[in-house]
Amino acid sequence: MSQRNVGTLDIERIRSDFPILEREFDDQQVVYLDNAATTQTPDPVIDAMSDYYRYTNSNVHRGIHHLSQEASEAYERAHDRVAEFIGASGGREEVIFTKNTTESENLVAYSWGLNELGPGDEVVLTEMEHHASLVTWQQIAHETGAEVKYIQIDEDGRLDMDHARECITDDTAILSAVHVSNTLGTVNPVAKLTEIAHKHGALSFIDGAQAVPNRPVDVEEIDADFYAFSGHKMAGPTGIGVLYGKKQLLEEMEPYLYGGGMIRKVTFEDSTWADLPWKFEPGTPPIAEAVGLEAAIDYLEEIGMERVQAHEEELAEYAYEQLKAEGDVEIYGPEPGPDRSGLVGFNLESVHAHDLASIMNDHTVAVRAGDHCTQPLHDKLGVAASARASFYVYNTREEIDKLIDAIDDARQLFA
Amino acid sequence: MGMGSDMYRQQILDHYKSPRNYGELEDPTFTHVGENPMCGDEIQMDVKLEDDEETIKHVAFSGDGCAISQASASMLSGKLAGKTIDELLEMDRDDIVDMLGVEISPMRIKCAVLAEKVAQDGAKIYRGELDKSKTSTED
Repeated sequence: MSQRNVGTLDIERIRSDFPILEREFDDQQVVYLDNAATTQTPDPVIDAMSDYYRYTNSNVHRGIHHLSQEASEAYERAHDRVAEFIGASGGREEVIFTKNTTESENLVAYSWGLNELGPGDEVVLTEMEHHASLVTWQQIAHETGAEVKYIQIDEDGRLDMDHARECITDDTAILSAVHVSNTLGTVNPVAKLTEIAHKHGALSFIDGAQAVPNRPVDVEEIDADFYAFSGHKMAGPTGIGVLYGKKQLLEEMEPYLYGGGMIRKVTFEDSTWADLPWKFEPGTPPIAEAVGLEAAIDYLEEIGMERVQAHEEELAEYAYEQLKAEGDVEIYGPEPGPDRSGLVGFNLESVHAHDLASIMNDHTVAVRAGDHCTQPLHDKLGVAASARASFYVYNTREEIDKLIDAIDDARQLFA
Repeated sequence: MGMGSDMYRQQILDHYKSPRNYGELEDPTFTHVGENPMCGDEIQMDVKLEDDEETIKHVAFSGDGCAISQASASMLSGKLAGKTIDELLEMDRDDIVDMLGVEISPMRIKCAVLAEKVAQDGAKIYRGELDKSKTSTED
């Protein structure tokens, strides 16, 4: 893939696309470091959605009038654009629009899991799963009598691949793993995990919510059977997520939600289903959001995903070093390097993460504090909560310096 | 400066750093554990009643948490001594905010009321009005 030296970003120009970054609270400009929760939306994405509502708005796949035709074409084209972006050679038939990553997980868990799993089957997860997959597969396993196993993490916050080889057996029906941990920042070897799963005849579901926004992702290079991510974490709108699935699998699967738009033929007695991907998209879908997602992909690709990645890694490394130099900050996850993404989870000794986040908010520094939807992982780390700074294309080193100032302030207050 | 540093006035920090009535009572009339799932904090409140089975004699609390929840528990434990169970059950979030004497930002209000909620739920369970082993601020 890329070399490190891919050129720096024109941050000033990028920032001018995000008016929200100009906002001030108590005369201090906002420092937005909560990008792993949701990223900000650039003007071209907002404009694309506004223009859609202003000039194109109509329901899709219904009317034969001009507006409906244009809306349908825009909505369908967004599927093609996503397929191209993640390397899905099957095109739109392999790209299902959902509400978010969580719904993508649930779609597979209900449609495939409920029908295919039973006693004796194993679902293999990692200890760093987000609740989106952990809770979903845990509950589907309860329902079906399948067993859930967790691949352990080592003390650096990486997956223990020897344990992965032990966990994944011929009884494994599916592996579900995060591509990038939202808590540790670990970039998991998902192609290797998938290869192990396939050797045992198991499927592989990769949660890419924290990966697609900030690095080039090729689902066919990973060979994932399913791959999921959300629009709002990649400069796109809320309300839209993606489920990629291999065409043959999606064809074999039953619908997850029923209703209009997903049918071929309906009688009072029975129904048959529409072609992919519409079979999995009942009801009026997120049309403006699909238009926005396409605009977000255009925006990111214009910058270049390799440069997005390099910028984030550079900021993460800088933040890691600054936090480490503080001496009393515990940082979670691997050291900076190719298997660490642009987010840093940490705790300041003697100050609870929630207090820390409140004091940071005084400095108008926005970070996340809490369990980040990974409660079992926090149990394992032995903390109730952590603070997390996460970066995107518009963040700067100066903003990380402000984060450090806030930490110094908190330390002083609680001394 | 914004609301946050106002939240950490001297009194709050003092109670956080030197909590009053911290620990467990030897023979509590009732004891209850509750959590604030938003931050994962858990608090145990031990209550000892007078012989009239109505008046609160001692309160102790234990558990880890943020400055707001810990200071609130510390202050509440002192305030409750001498009050009746009915008076405890009548308390609401305004009483807690008044007690803390600082503005609490909306995102932190659950931290502030955790101790009150745990004490009230413990009292309700003691009176047989609630049947639950562990409660949460989300209830």
